[in-house]
Amino acid sequence: MVDKAEADSDKVVQDVEVPNSLGLHARPAMQLVDLANRFTAEIEISKAGQRVDAKSIMQVMTLAATQGTKLTLTARGDDAAQAVSALAGLIAEGFGEE
Amino acid sequence: MTDSKEQASCLTKKGIPVSAGIAFAPAVVIDAEDYRIPRRHLSRSDIRPELNRLRKALTDSAAEVASLRESVTQKFGRQTAAIFDMHWLYLRDRKLYNEIAETIRDQLVTAEYATSIVLRQKALVLLESADQYMAERVTDIYDIERRILHNLIGEKREDISHLNSDVVVVAHDLTPSQTAHLDNTHVKGLATDAGGRTSHSAIVARALGIPAVVGLNDVTALVSGGDELIIDGTRGVVIIKPDEAATQQYRQYERELISLGQELQSLRDLPAVTSCGTKVQLFGNIEFPQEAQACLDYGAEGIGLYRTEFLHLGSETEPSEQDHYEAYCQALEVMGDRPLIIRTLDLGADKYTQARAAAPERNPFLGCRSIRFCLQPENLPLFRRQLRALLRASAHGDIRILLPLITTLTELHQTRMVLGEVIEELDEQDIDYRHDIPLGIMVETPAAALSARMFGSECSFFSIGTNDLIQYTLAVDRANEHVASLFTAAHPALIGMIKDVIKAGKRYDIPVALCGEMASEPEFCLLLLGLGLRIFSVTPQAIPTIKKVIRASTMTHAQRVARRAMTLHTDRQIMHYLRLETRKVFPDLV
Repeated sequence: MVDKAEADSDKVVQDVEVPNSLGLHARPAMQLVDLANRFTAEIEISKAGQRVDAKSIMQVMTLAATQGTKLTLTARGDDAAQAVSALAGLIAEGFGEE
Repeated sequence: MTDSKEQASCLTKKGIPVSAGIAFAPAVVIDAEDYRIPRRHLSRSDIRPELNRLRKALTDSAAEVASLRESVTQKFGRQTAAIFDMHWLYLRDRKLYNEIAETIRDQLVTAEYATSIVLRQKALVLLESADQYMAERVTDIYDIERRILHNLIGEKREDISHLNSDVVVVAHDLTPSQTAHLDNTHVKGLATDAGGRTSHSAIVARALGIPAVVGLNDVTALVSGGDELIIDGTRGVVIIKPDEAATQQYRQYERELISLGQELQSLRDLPAVTSCGTKVQLFGNIEFPQEAQACLDYGAEGIGLYRTEFLHLGSETEPSEQDHYEAYCQALEVMGDRPLIIRTLDLGADKYTQARAAAPERNPFLGCRSIRFCLQPENLPLFRRQLRALLRASAHGDIRILLPLITTLTELHQTRMVLGEVIEELDEQDIDYRHDIPLGIMVETPAAALSARMFGSECSFFSIGTNDLIQYTLAVDRANEHVASLFTAAHPALIGMIKDVIKAGKRYDIPVALCGEMASEPEFCLLLLGLGLRIFSVTPQAIPTIKKVIRASTMTHAQRVARRAMTLHTDRQIMHYLRLETRKVFPDLV
């Protein structure tokens, strides 16, 4: 599911699709935010032009990302690459659901 | 807030006077959710303390959630407590803090208000989501909003049911359940944005003798909790943070009102007869059995309207038959052998019925309210409980049953059937009741007024409810401040209807009372006497005034006034004429 991991200067970008049937609902959103907060990098998630902070539960919830939604992860900072790959992994494997 | 700002403004607002008297007290501001959300604007220097309040409220809320999560985990396990993880994350979310803080800074509004706007906006985003599950997460947002607000408002939480010092209540409008908690020991005055003379808050304020001004439009925006206020319920003025001169002037005015009140009080034991000897009956309107004594103190000869909605609206639980019975007996104990006319549940267009409706009614005033609500098959048990209690209590005094919002004879017949069943039950159980208990109807819809002759042969008395009759005849919502000025009893259509209802009553020899606000207003007294009305049921405080007008009137004068008023074409002309004539017998009319 991991499409590409590109590094231009210190920015890391990766696309990922939400596979689980309930989408980015409460528990997955919490897992995602929890994981994002373990990195120092600034991490953004965007969905069709809407960009939110991956460390903010409020913003992640208001993405209202349902099954099949295409998301783009963008991170800047020291551990940007690790952050993006960890988050993309979590999303791609459906947050351990199903 | 600095001291200089505190003293700065002495602001005067005009509204609609609905309950006479003067009150001096600090304000309590509440909104529909019982939370006070101050909308006042901040000055630049207020921003920093406001941000500190916000931070503290968020920290405290998060701590509450953490401890809640702890106890829920112990009781119900991790899974159930998971929702609190979510709330905790929300409350600790830097972005949430930043957005609210930005709103405070940019719009110069209080933390409460900013929290409310930001979270309502988030809620909207979720609600717009096509996904059902996502949309449901909106409850989390509402939940944390309440929690943050609760912490912001903290001990200042504006709860009017537990007051321990004198206040005046400031609100957009009061819901019936909020008014149910009003008590006159500490609530000294009332000021609302919305409402008119006959809105619910106004009626309750008058019933409790609390000075009140309504229809002030934006008083909640101008007043902060704790501001000193003067409420002039006689002239419809609210003074916010009065200066020394205003206070002095109002203290003087208050003394004058008290002496006028004492003069009227001396009328208490005199009969309500015109100077030419025509006897009139003056009854009181009440909402709580506790008010029965006040009625007697003011000189009432009976209770013409005991509204029973408060048994339902004032408590969280459904009242039992015994609750009804005890309330009625309590009023009877005070009234002795005097008439006690009890109106059956007149619920509708309120929280109680709307919460029970399958879907919110599009037009509740034309919906399932009053007798219609009671006659719904699912509500029959509730109606029977009340009828049973009424019948049981009728064994102890002169109880009469009054049915609200009757529009067709079928409703009267259906009620008789239910009543008949309840009576059968009582007979079987050997329980005593008044066998000839009178059953009357409220004439408060054009349908009932226009077919009064038809109803007259089938019921024991009429009580004209002008508040609803005006609303339905003139198609005006009395609580809508934009059209409230169209709400008047002086409309020729109304006067014509009242005349016909009184005539129908005479024809069938049944008593006709008028229990709407109109009966309490001295300017209508001559007109009503002239139209043939002999029973006035008024708010207890109005009894001495109305009695004074009656005692100063003659029937010849009253009949002339009625005839002349019916030739006038606009409510303004009629009102002007009635005031002019009333001043001849009652020069004190304001």
